[in-house]
Amino acid sequence: MTRYIIRRLLWGVALLFIVSALTFVLFDLLPSGDPAKLRAGRTATPQAIAHIRHELGLDKPVYTQFFDYMKGVVLHFDLGYSYYSHAPVKSLIAERLPATVSLAVGAIVIWLLVGLSVGIVSAVRQRTLIDRTAMGTALVFISAPEYWLGLLALFLFASDIGKLAVFPGAGSYVAFSSEPVKWFTALILPWLVLAASFAAVYARLLRGSLVEVLGEDYIRTARAKGLPERRVVMRHGVRSAITPIVTVLGLDIGTLLGGALLIEVVFNIPGVGRLNYDAITHADFPIVQGTVLLAALFIVVANLLVDISYAFLDPRVRFK
Amino acid sequence: MSDPNSDRGRGGVAAPEGQLDGDPRASALLRVEDLRVQLPTEDGLLGAVDGISYELHAGRTLGIVGESGSGKTVSALALMGLNPKHARVSGRIDFDGRELLALDSQQLRALRGDELAMIFQDPLSSLHPLHRVGWQLVEAIRAHRDVAKAAARERAAELLDLVGIPDARARLHAYPHELSGGQRQRVMIAMALANEPKLLIADEPTTALDVTVQAQILALLARLQRELGMAILLVTHDLGVVAEIADEVAVMYAGRIVERGSTEQVLTAPSHPYTWGLLRSIPRLEGGAAGHGPASRAPRDSDRGAVGELEPIAGRPASLISPPSGCRFHPRCPYALPDHARIDPALAPLPDDPAHLAACLLAPEERTRLWSKEERARLGSDEERAHLWSDEERTRLGSDEEPARLGDETHG
Repeated sequence: MTRYIIRRLLWGVALLFIVSALTFVLFDLLPSGDPAKLRAGRTATPQAIAHIRHELGLDKPVYTQFFDYMKGVVLHFDLGYSYYSHAPVKSLIAERLPATVSLAVGAIVIWLLVGLSVGIVSAVRQRTLIDRTAMGTALVFISAPEYWLGLLALFLFASDIGKLAVFPGAGSYVAFSSEPVKWFTALILPWLVLAASFAAVYARLLRGSLVEVLGEDYIRTARAKGLPERRVVMRHGVRSAITPIVTVLGLDIGTLLGGALLIEVVFNIPGVGRLNYDAITHADFPIVQGTVLLAALFIVVANLLVDISYAFLDPRVRFK
Repeated sequence: MSDPNSDRGRGGVAAPEGQLDGDPRASALLRVEDLRVQLPTEDGLLGAVDGISYELHAGRTLGIVGESGSGKTVSALALMGLNPKHARVSGRIDFDGRELLALDSQQLRALRGDELAMIFQDPLSSLHPLHRVGWQLVEAIRAHRDVAKAAARERAAELLDLVGIPDARARLHAYPHELSGGQRQRVMIAMALANEPKLLIADEPTTALDVTVQAQILALLARLQRELGMAILLVTHDLGVVAEIADEVAVMYAGRIVERGSTEQVLTAPSHPYTWGLLRSIPRLEGGAAGHGPASRAPRDSDRGAVGELEPIAGRPASLISPPSGCRFHPRCPYALPDHARIDPALAPLPDDPAHLAACLLAPEERTRLWSKEERARLGSDEERAHLWSDEERTRLGSDEEPARLGDETHG
């Protein structure tokens, strides 16, 4: 198992390298703007622009830029500096990470609670009205784009522009350390909106998996033992049906920690996603590169954790 | 088991001596009357079990035999209340003084795994793959007995020991996939016996196992029955298995019992053409006809290999959604007469033996004559067999269909 983990980690490093290279190539081929021009302002002379370009190292060939960047990352864990503020990307990300983590963790708790319970009830009450209603509703939330759902939520419930002013609206996020209560209320709407589609996906996923498991021979054995139905479903059914959920959950957590871009933009939450979004619009390449690398890192780690957790979830899994 | 009379509430199930010997005067442990199980399907109502009746006494073994789709497994699941929710079950099932079909789900659940236990065909898929064997055994015990975990674990080890698993205590930690097929079935048996049931239902308990292991599991069941005094309802497609451990046999065809009697009678003097077909479709060892015990008469189909041509029963099993009119076996019966498509035979005792029943429209003497002819052909040369199962008779079946082979599928 240790050998397996080491090999997977090495693969992960290789993957991160490839992701960095791809980001460089993409940005070189399809830049979202010319950083030097944007930086210099509308009235800048060509000389000023050339000067800035030289200062930022943009006049060097792409592979040299990439090499310099990777050298910084590997040798000094240095992610470079913003083209605009000159602030180190590392500390910019560190500043934004708590908001992203707050958003992700709350949403995960909500969607697991809601999604899993709805999935179980639907599977057990298969083809009843409850099941059909739940699955129909889930389909609506899966289909609804989350930025639309976010805007709708703001329009309906935000305290500034909402019809029913119940929750704080966009831009009301504060750090947990400064005002915990305000932090909580400000995140209620984003949590719910972010969790909605995930809860729907998880409910449908668990329902499908559990329906299949409940048809297995060992469920019949559990019933033949005279166990209460509740125990048959939870300890025998859900125990088996949860495995595919864990896979998806691991990847979703990994993805979300890299920044919930749309939700952070709609609700104006200063998270990593928002940072990335702003950086793209300003062609602030070092920040884009840093956030992409961070997101890839989270996904690689999440993937590894999912695979390792399989050994605990299913004793039949052996690592080679 | 070290002490069956310990504090587990119901000290030893061993019935009084008379019952163990199958005293017919003793009242039956299980009495099934006119049991029907109907399953609604898209094509109509499927009458999986169509009015079967039988009795089973404590300490005895009844074998229910038939092809796939004969209703044998469905009828067994009905006893446990484990048929699909939408199944319609009617009739009467008296078990040890209670009417099972009248019990609510809670009362039935309390019986399941306690007085009434069941083992299944495929032990690998019947054990939970993600829980340790010990966990599953402890759960079975604690579902019905209010004992501490440690005590239940102790008992679980005893049970594994009882079913002949070496190094029982260590095996409690094993997962099902770490055991051999035979050991898995032993674990299933141990789990079923956890609370010393009065009745053990065994649904094709040896079908998924290797030949040598099959014999071991049957021997184990026979030994446990002697030690614990439980009744066994054995569901199988394999007459060899029946010959080995059943006291009585009920042969099922298309949801009905077509012949019933002691194993000896049914295997040596069968009185229904379907039973003849079943016997004929069993492979025989050449020259193995000398013995006259039931076991030697009906070698298991596991003995396949050193044998001559198999004689499958012609035609397909009857549809259970729209069963044939009259005698349900008439479309496949080589001796069917035109009348048999109209008249539905009742299960009736034979004149010379009231404990031996068959549902056939041919006169009993005629059947005796035909059977001895079949028997001669069966024991005799290939030419004689060919003559008996002639083209003429095949034509009379009016079917070029591929003959259904017994035992192709094993679920009844």
